[in-house]
Amino acid sequence: MITEKDVDHVALLARLELTGEDKEMFTRQLNDILEHFQSLQRLDTEKVQPTAHVLPLKNIYREDRVGEHIPRDDALANCPDRVDNYFKVPKIV
Amino acid sequence: MTQYETVIGLEVHAELKTRSKIFCDSTTEFGGDPNTHVCPVCLGLPGVLPVVNKTVVEYAIRAALALNCRVASFSKFDRKNYYYPDMPKNYQISQYDLPIAEHGYLNIEVKGEVRKIGITRLHMEEDTGKLVHQGNITTTPFSLVDYNRAGVPLIEIVSDPDMRSPEEAYEYLNKLKAIILYTGVSDCKMEEGSLRCDANISVRPAGSQEFGTKTEIKNMNSFKALQKALTYEAERQIKVLKEGGRIIQETRTWDDEQGITLPMRSKEYAHDYRYLPDPDLVSMVIDREWVEEIKRSLPELPDDRKERYVREYGLPVYDAMVLTNTRELADYFEDCVAVYPNAKTVSNWVMGDLSRLLNASVVGIINCPIKPEQLGALLQLIEKGTISGKIAKTVFEEMFATGKAAETIVKEKGLVQISDEGAITAIVEEVIAKNQKSVDDYRAGKERALSFLVGQVMKASKGKANPELVNRLFKERL
Amino acid sequence: MQLHQLTAHEMHDLLINKELSSEELNNHIFDRIEAVEDKIKAYLTLTKEGALERARSVDGQIQSGERIGPLAGIPVAVKDNICTKGIRTTAGSKILSNFIPPYNATVVEKLAAAGATIVGKTNLDEFAMGSSTENSAFIATKNPWDTGCVPGGSSGGSAAAVCAGEAALALGSDTGGSIRQPASFCGVVGMKPTYGAVSRYGLIAFASSLDQIGPFARDVTDCALLLGVISGHDPRDSTSAGYKVPDYTTFLNNNVRGLKIGVPEEFMAQGISPEVRAAVERAMSLYESLGAAVEYTTLPHTEYALPTYYIIAPAEASSNLARYDGVRYGFRAAEVADVVDMFMKSRSQGFGPEVKRRIMLGTYALSAGYYDAYYLKALKVRTLIKQDFDRAFEKYDLLLSPTSPTPAFRFGDKVDDPFQMYLSDICTISVNLAGIPGISLPCGFVGQMPVGLQLMGKYFDEGTLLRAAYTFEQNTDYHKEFPKI
Repeated sequence: MITEKDVDHVALLARLELTGEDKEMFTRQLNDILEHFQSLQRLDTEKVQPTAHVLPLKNIYREDRVGEHIPRDDALANCPDRVDNYFKVPKIV
Repeated sequence: MTQYETVIGLEVHAELKTRSKIFCDSTTEFGGDPNTHVCPVCLGLPGVLPVVNKTVVEYAIRAALALNCRVASFSKFDRKNYYYPDMPKNYQISQYDLPIAEHGYLNIEVKGEVRKIGITRLHMEEDTGKLVHQGNITTTPFSLVDYNRAGVPLIEIVSDPDMRSPEEAYEYLNKLKAIILYTGVSDCKMEEGSLRCDANISVRPAGSQEFGTKTEIKNMNSFKALQKALTYEAERQIKVLKEGGRIIQETRTWDDEQGITLPMRSKEYAHDYRYLPDPDLVSMVIDREWVEEIKRSLPELPDDRKERYVREYGLPVYDAMVLTNTRELADYFEDCVAVYPNAKTVSNWVMGDLSRLLNASVVGIINCPIKPEQLGALLQLIEKGTISGKIAKTVFEEMFATGKAAETIVKEKGLVQISDEGAITAIVEEVIAKNQKSVDDYRAGKERALSFLVGQVMKASKGKANPELVNRLFKERL
Repeated sequence: MQLHQLTAHEMHDLLINKELSSEELNNHIFDRIEAVEDKIKAYLTLTKEGALERARSVDGQIQSGERIGPLAGIPVAVKDNICTKGIRTTAGSKILSNFIPPYNATVVEKLAAAGATIVGKTNLDEFAMGSSTENSAFIATKNPWDTGCVPGGSSGGSAAAVCAGEAALALGSDTGGSIRQPASFCGVVGMKPTYGAVSRYGLIAFASSLDQIGPFARDVTDCALLLGVISGHDPRDSTSAGYKVPDYTTFLNNNVRGLKIGVPEEFMAQGISPEVRAAVERAMSLYESLGAAVEYTTLPHTEYALPTYYIIAPAEASSNLARYDGVRYGFRAAEVADVVDMFMKSRSQGFGPEVKRRIMLGTYALSAGYYDAYYLKALKVRTLIKQDFDRAFEKYDLLLSPTSPTPAFRFGDKVDDPFQMYLSDICTISVNLAGIPGISLPCGFVGQMPVGLQLMGKYFDEGTLLRAAYTFEQNTDYHKEFPKI
């Protein structure tokens, strides 16, 4: 059972600010969804290997070569706030 | 009174010297205008994907083998999720449960005692960008972000909690740096941030088997800072315990100016990295033959080389240790010995005068103006009696300043030792005549008076008189 | 038959026979867009200038007697979660409402190399999370067959554009059915290729281990042509497979004799509408009559696919979407106290409710104490689901099912109950979990609303899917129907 306190914690981890209404809704909906997911616990997966990738791909590497950099103006073109060639952010602490 | 024991483990990050970044082909070159060594991948733009730089894996294996680690046969990358503005994706691609290597060790020597320090694991990860503050992080009105370093390959080497004093921690870091430098995978410059060290430290009553509550110390930007910070922190913890307090598990930062550690000032957010296998990357099945090939390409490492110096050159252990601390210094030594085979004399010069001049001029051994063969040639001149040991020092300084060969300088400045008995006898007699008091003193049994007289001859001959000859001549006359 | 109703291969014939120039063709498509877009709202951005410029260049090639590829000069729409250099790419989200990529997705490069003209960027559920395109931060795309119904999702804009003649072809992305389900709802052909067949480089990630770009087309031949252009190994995508792309048109044979087709009974059970079931059964009979062996089979872990999917996909998404923080690009909230406050406010104001819900779900599933119970468990069940398919494909050449248990539903029907919305993916998500290819093609109507037939194949056996789909198409007329708009 997920409580509103859990939702608060998860929201903080995910950097989401929830309104009281959001919190109440997510608590209810996440509980609903996870309730449906309880069926998974019935399955015995003790000896089953997890599948993170479906293809048997391995050892995909690139050679250590320097390629093109993004033009200076393009790197910051989408930046909401900048100073000279830096991305600007509000104070950290 | 309870005696306390300090327990220290280090987490060391070393930037790898690859040309391009770990997951994209942007350059790793240090410096550059802000946000110019970047591409869509290392900027974390929507839609981009990482591809592993093979050389990063090779270098990690190389370092791992040099640190006696077991290289994994199966390894993968994971995402470490946390938010910080210097991280383009707000997750760091790192390795969690299947690092590239584990279970290594290195030996350190403190107070004549060899201690084996365990290495828990070695893994690969990407570096973050850099934050620029006005003043410091707490007072700055805003911060600026430069992602040039974002995606530069790192290896993180985590030690076991095997160190028992700040000196051991210092020696561990020193040895680790030496070994990594030998392998050539990183240039380990603490000042440029290519070598970084965090420490976990706790104290416990001596004899206790359980670990005390540890703190993590960050922001130690030099070897000296590491030792100072750990010394301070151990004392702080002991004081807290002695006063009946409890150690709080926390991250503390070393304030070098004040010489103290302080709790990190950050808002309290639960740390939960929510690791998951990076679905954008595939697993690595490490080919044993590749590992063997890398092993074969490893140079002789500091410990082996040290032992060989003792065995082969008959050097004292201390000399062998100092000379093998870096590959470059050891190579220099050996190149010099090849020309002038008296190893102890070479060692004395390298560890003494040469090191002094290098330190004073902040020149690395690699750029030493005196080539090892030139130093060897100088030592031969001494041995042949062409110049005196004293003159040699002058010549040596001149060589260091100009890069000229010893013989050239000796010729140019006319520094060849005078061994002509007639010429020196004249000076000796003149000195005896002028320094009657010293002559009397010597005759009265004051040995020191002789040194003064010899010194006068050397002065008069501008240091060129053969000191042995001068001594003999005095003794014959007095 | 009007020009915009032609298939791409028919348009190609007109172009090479010089009965029509690519510029005329593209102008016609833009006229069509002008005429119907108010009602359909398939596009977020139109790129007429670029399209016409490329059209004229293709016309130049034709005039100078050069041979052109099958997609040269053909108008193609691109889902707006696929990055286009210099063209706004929003992923249907406010948080990227002003994002202009400085690079092209690999598939866009491939389209350019093939000479295709890019008509515009199509609407989608925000970050491809949804089954109705109602989660777009910008507009609601309508189903061209009934504008009171959803086009499906998340590639609703691409499906509607192809359906309504606003493009000949389109690219979509499919994480749990996001190509096949809207193709089914809009009565067009849509394919999710094998995971790794098409480069994901430049596709704004939703769930990296499930996402795959694929084609929308008005018939199977066009689907094969577009698939051929976008497939192939890409060194920029580590999960892209190194395989030789066959000429998919060689599989377009009207022949399924001897083909063994399995019908997983689990896909014909839960929540399936009787009319959809009837349409699928008719398809089964047709295949049988054409010489294929069709029988029911079982994929026993199917009931676990939905919870497995809704743990894995949100978990990956929660990490993939962490980068939208207002620092480097995209929306940044005003009036913030510090960096954390900026992250929280930018994300809260920039993401819509479904995206937040999935980020919350995924973050929870990965958080300390729950990783084993949810995420790891889901990865293990994923193995079981994949093994079900492996076993089935030992016996069958392909599997057949409805694409969606129902035809297109009406706007607002499911928005308040996320789980009901998730259920509309029940037939498609297993395919993503297993990574196999799947295609949806029109197989009937319920009233005026199309029904989709899903065929599922072995890894990298798109050829057999295309052959079976082509055969079905050659023996039916559903694909020839057009909506009256």
